Amino acid sequence: MAAAVSIVDVVKHFGLLQALAGVSLEIAEGEFFGLLGPNGAGKTTLISTLAGLVRADSGSLAVLGHDVVRDYRKARSLLGVVPQELVFDPFFSVRETLRIQSGYFGLRHNDAWIDEILANLDLTSKADVNMRRLSGGMKRRVLVAQALVHKPPVIVLDEPTAGVDVELRQGLWQFVRRLNSEGHTIILTTHYLEEAEALCGRIALMKQGRVVALDTTANLMAAHPGGTLEDVFLRTMKQ
Amino acid sequence: MIGFWTLFYKEMLRFWKVAFQTVASPVLTALLYLLIFGHVLDGHVEVHGVSYTSFLIPGLVMMQMLQNAFANSSSSLIQAKVTGSIVFVLLPPIPYGAFFAAYVLASLVRGLMVGVGVLAATGWFAEFSIVAPLWVLVFAVLGGAILGALGMIAGLWAEKFDQLAGFQNFLIMPLTMLSGVFYSIHSLPAFWQRVSHYNPVFYMIDGFRYGFFGVSDVAPETSLAVVVACFVAVSILTLGLLKRGWKLRA
Repeated sequence: MAAAVSIVDVVKHFGLLQALAGVSLEIAEGEFFGLLGPNGAGKTTLISTLAGLVRADSGSLAVLGHDVVRDYRKARSLLGVVPQELVFDPFFSVRETLRIQSGYFGLRHNDAWIDEILANLDLTSKADVNMRRLSGGMKRRVLVAQALVHKPPVIVLDEPTAGVDVELRQGLWQFVRRLNSEGHTIILTTHYLEEAEALCGRIALMKQGRVVALDTTANLMAAHPGGTLEDVFLRTMKQ
Repeated sequence: MIGFWTLFYKEMLRFWKVAFQTVASPVLTALLYLLIFGHVLDGHVEVHGVSYTSFLIPGLVMMQMLQNAFANSSSSLIQAKVTGSIVFVLLPPIPYGAFFAAYVLASLVRGLMVGVGVLAATGWFAEFSIVAPLWVLVFAVLGGAILGALGMIAGLWAEKFDQLAGFQNFLIMPLTMLSGVFYSIHSLPAFWQRVSHYNPVFYMIDGFRYGFFGVSDVAPETSLAVVVACFVAVSILTLGLLKRGWKLRA
């Protein structure tokens, strides 16, 4: 069975800056995987490369066995990405945004699932509101909804709870946990390490474009008895 | 195909939601041009055996069609790039050919809507008939598609609104204004007549005008050949840039 995500020796430079220095990772289907690291570690570049927004200088990436360059249409249809930046199209309402996003993925008549996502993200009352009129937290919820419209088996959440209130966090994690229990693979980047500790079964720590630690959350914690994931993170980054 | 239709629909909805700015405003601008130039020159100038106002109307229709087709794709892309919302069309599995077709077709539709609007608003001011409707349609469609594709190139190239304004004001605007919209190139000195023959927009407008009056500065077949060649060249270039992900994918 193909891995949900397979990343082999991926290198990426932006000019003189080496953003990814030979990253290799394999994430199994159904995992809740954490990708952690300080700012500039290469997490978002790695995610962008997986999503086809950035092209690797060398190496290969595949989603459920489909190469993201050679078989990009299949790979992208299997992937849902919540981008880190709070971006939106100011012309449309929430429902229009989600219908359009469904269409991009080849789905018509997707309203039943859209309604379910809206309900789970507490957006039902905002369905017909223009995106410009939403608060930052609401816009973040719509970004999550957009990533889920095509029910992707692999979901990437790039700092999805940055700048959002506790209520949304709890609602979001409840929904994402449910998706994970239904078989969706979840890849999470976050600076909230307590969230990663509570949610992720396995974690990769990145530093300067490299994976410097990769293990189950339990094993990483066991290597630093009595400590939190934050302690593990800080000690690893200092090494 | 659903991806293509959705992107096309989104682009249509985008300009339709601000139709006052994207459709009504260029119609008003064309009407003002007609009122000013028509009032000053009608009765003094006759071109190709028709009154100046009659001559001017097809030129204004085509000029506004072309400029708005360009504006549609270019403004949509630059806005999406600057705000970051371009990611919503880059993440899904939309092939680059569908991407091209959706943007160009939406630009063409906006151009045609503006063109019909200008014709409806200005047609009251002169008597004329359309002697060869097929030529009118062919040049309208090809001209709008070329400028829609050029708008895509400009939108891909520009990284800020200022750069796009430069492309529009220093290239597209002069090419359209100096293409025989307001005059026959036979009224120009020999040197500028020769220069006009290097302006592809001249052929779009001259061929379009032929459809109205049955007379033109150059043979319509020649204009058609130039316009088709331009469409093919600009399309190949745009498709090549999209395939490479030029300025879209790092």
